[in-house]
Amino acid sequence: MKNISVTLRVWRQAGPGQPGRFVDYPARDLNPAMSFLEMLDVVNDELTLKGEEPIAFAHDCREGICGTCSLVINGKPHGPRQGVASCQTYVRSFEDGQVITVEPYRLRPFPVVKDLVTDRSAFDKIQQAGGFITVRAGSAPNANAIPVPKDDAELAMDAAQCIGCGACAAACKNASAMLFVAARVSHLGLMPQGQAERDRRVLAMVQTADGLGFGSCTNQYECSAACPKLISHDFIARLNRDFIKASFKAAFRSEPNRVVGD
Amino acid sequence: MAQLDSRIPPGPLADKWRNHLASMRLVNPANKRKYEVIVVGAGLAGASAAATLAELGYRVKSFVFHDSPRRAHSIAAQGGINAAKNFQNDGDSVHRLFYDTVKGGDYRSREANVQQLAEVSVNIIDQCVALGVPFAREYGGLLANRSFGGAQVSRTFYARGQTGQQLLLGAYSSLSRMIGSGGVQLFTQSEMLDLVVVDGHAKGIIVRDLVTGAITRHAADAVILATGGYGNVFNLSTYARGSNATAIWRAYRRGACFANPCYTQIHPTCIPVTGDYQSKLTLMSESLRNDGRIWVPKKAEDRRKAPGSIPEADRDYYLERMYPAFGNLCPRDIASRAAKRVCDEGRGVGESGLGVYLDFAEAIGRLGENAVRERYGNLFDIYHEITNENAYHVPMRIFPAVHYTMGGLWVDYNLMSNVPGLFVLGEANFSDHGANRLGASALMQGLADGYFVIPNTIGDYLAGQKPSARPSTDSAEFRQAEDNVRGITSRLLGIKGREPVSHFHKRLGHILWQYCGMARNKAGLEKALQEIPALREEFWSNVLVPGSGDTLNQSLERAGRVADFLELGELLCRDALVREESCGGHFREEHEYPDGEGKRDDVNMAHVAAWEFQGDGKVPLRNVEPLAYEFVKMSVRNYK
Repeated sequence: MKNISVTLRVWRQAGPGQPGRFVDYPARDLNPAMSFLEMLDVVNDELTLKGEEPIAFAHDCREGICGTCSLVINGKPHGPRQGVASCQTYVRSFEDGQVITVEPYRLRPFPVVKDLVTDRSAFDKIQQAGGFITVRAGSAPNANAIPVPKDDAELAMDAAQCIGCGACAAACKNASAMLFVAARVSHLGLMPQGQAERDRRVLAMVQTADGLGFGSCTNQYECSAACPKLISHDFIARLNRDFIKASFKAAFRSEPNRVVGD
Repeated sequence: MAQLDSRIPPGPLADKWRNHLASMRLVNPANKRKYEVIVVGAGLAGASAAATLAELGYRVKSFVFHDSPRRAHSIAAQGGINAAKNFQNDGDSVHRLFYDTVKGGDYRSREANVQQLAEVSVNIIDQCVALGVPFAREYGGLLANRSFGGAQVSRTFYARGQTGQQLLLGAYSSLSRMIGSGGVQLFTQSEMLDLVVVDGHAKGIIVRDLVTGAITRHAADAVILATGGYGNVFNLSTYARGSNATAIWRAYRRGACFANPCYTQIHPTCIPVTGDYQSKLTLMSESLRNDGRIWVPKKAEDRRKAPGSIPEADRDYYLERMYPAFGNLCPRDIASRAAKRVCDEGRGVGESGLGVYLDFAEAIGRLGENAVRERYGNLFDIYHEITNENAYHVPMRIFPAVHYTMGGLWVDYNLMSNVPGLFVLGEANFSDHGANRLGASALMQGLADGYFVIPNTIGDYLAGQKPSARPSTDSAEFRQAEDNVRGITSRLLGIKGREPVSHFHKRLGHILWQYCGMARNKAGLEKALQEIPALREEFWSNVLVPGSGDTLNQSLERAGRVADFLELGELLCRDALVREESCGGHFREEHEYPDGEGKRDDVNMAHVAAWEFQGDGKVPLRNVEPLAYEFVKMSVRNYK
């Protein structure tokens, strides 16, 4: 394949709450084997040498597993290819002469920090509310004490693959975090170890997501289409079932968490 | 001269950790909340340590430079985690895991620490399963195992090809729970830029907020560094782009000894470099060598030909030729060096000539394409994503890349450095892997250190410190450290030279890869020791760091890290030059057997080299901790 040249139309924003705008930058003579982020590295070095400030973008592992990269490329979180993160997008996916828009995620719970970088700490707060099994180090029973059916473990792993990148919420017109919450709730809910806190977990995580400004799911599944790990929206149905069950139980329990005669 | 007391407990090997647990001092539960502990880094070691210390009742502050603790590079580990569970009934035991690790490390690790690691390995799996880690299972619902290099038993637990991710998310969930309950205070996008030492003890750190640029002081009763390895000193590596050595390097500059910096691991199966723009190398799991055959053309003039057009008779399956007993499955260091050798001979393939074929044609012929897809499908997919080549039809091209660093800050049996109160966990320390790490042992060490070692050993130190007696952050030491950080930042921004930071990082990487990579020699190392200080000088007069210090400035972040790499790179070469032997990942061309195997010198070199900073422009002091092998007999590794 021959080298190509493209125009990058990049969102520039100096800081949180400040006005931003698109700026065009030429990216010339690109090796098709170059990754999209490496192209940004090269453009940034050129900007630096011209005395301009380079484009800020989030990245780290560059192999699709850390969940840091988070570009919206031509309107799609993580770009044109399915099942990959921004960092696994390559120049060969574009054509010579193409104009490529590059933007940050745009949703209120992930405010822009600078240029293409957003603050996704809202996802951490959802995890802190209940995305765990309470175990003190040292108190765990023998690992083979409780068998886990292979199919359950595999399905749990399908959900557990979530890299926490936020593309699901960014792709959703309602800015819903349902796929993210569903992945965690399903993973832990499928494991026998996760049963004790199952109700408490789903209620706390959903309520926290709502409180942080994420919207509701209206079943259009843009989330799973944008997910770099192709996590299925079927998990959202599982989340809904768990949530309804837990809500009912909570509603009919007059004094939750009380032992009679306590 | 630093005091290096390894504090190895007395008694028989198998009893050391148990006896030590029974004899350490304790902090009573009501007093624990009076102690504050700083944990820097939230990979496997840092996250598990922060969560566990908070569970015990200590007040913990957790600092990460990422935007979330879940991003640490432990997340990228693929293969698995070792533990001496013996669930396969195949003769495994704590002692066997201990022995394999010592031997795999080419007899350059500390026996007692490895035994401690092997003993707590069994608890790790229990803990992770209880946290909901979805390990691979058999149909009966019990845990599955696979085997890995350097062992003759199946003791590796795994979660598809994403074991590191699942273990990290387990530790992250514990950490999240303790953040939610107030036991841990989390500081994201906060980079540690200096260690504060008061009266000889580590008592705090200086941190820069990467978003606002604010520089703050944090005091504590003890400081834990779990900040990972320094492989990015080579620029190109399988590390995450942000992985850096700044925390351990600045601690080194405050008096912590840096042990065995020359022990670096170079992994044989990575996707080759395609161009100068490249930022990252991607690992292809070692498991591919089970069925793939590695070869290059016999004749250099064939190297540009399509691989399929080269007849069998003109191919050199060099690993099978040189190591008939182990063939394509010989250990990492040996396979890497052999690839370098054939490429040096001009027989390397691909555009750059720095690549060898990993060919599955024979396996596909024997097993069928579907069977190969079942075993390695996801790896073939990754390869296709990156290279746009279909490895079912044309052989993969692979080349070795920097993957792990066995060296790190010196620690004693309690994982405390020679600076009292400064503890170092995981890849950031040096103690467990000697000169070469076995596959699936990094995850084991990170979690052993964080869940089970430090929660016990830190109490022994804190019991000797008065509760609620932290120094004030207004003290002279804190002021001086903050001034130091501000000085570095403003100096970097003020140079306004003509080259971006990446330019210097690339050049440093080239020097190290050429002279201190897979094979090293005296002349090359001496050349590197000339070139690196010159490059450093050029950096400090000609680097161009745009922007300001009071907003998000990724160029400034990287400049600080590369500045440290420019110092660390020199120490790495210095250590490699003095270590007149070949061992594990450190191969000196002057020290080899006639058949090309590395030759250890157990008489003169059976020791840890712990380098002590003496000031800028001065040669650091090389302290020595002898490695007394009481329980294992040192022998020569042979893979023929």
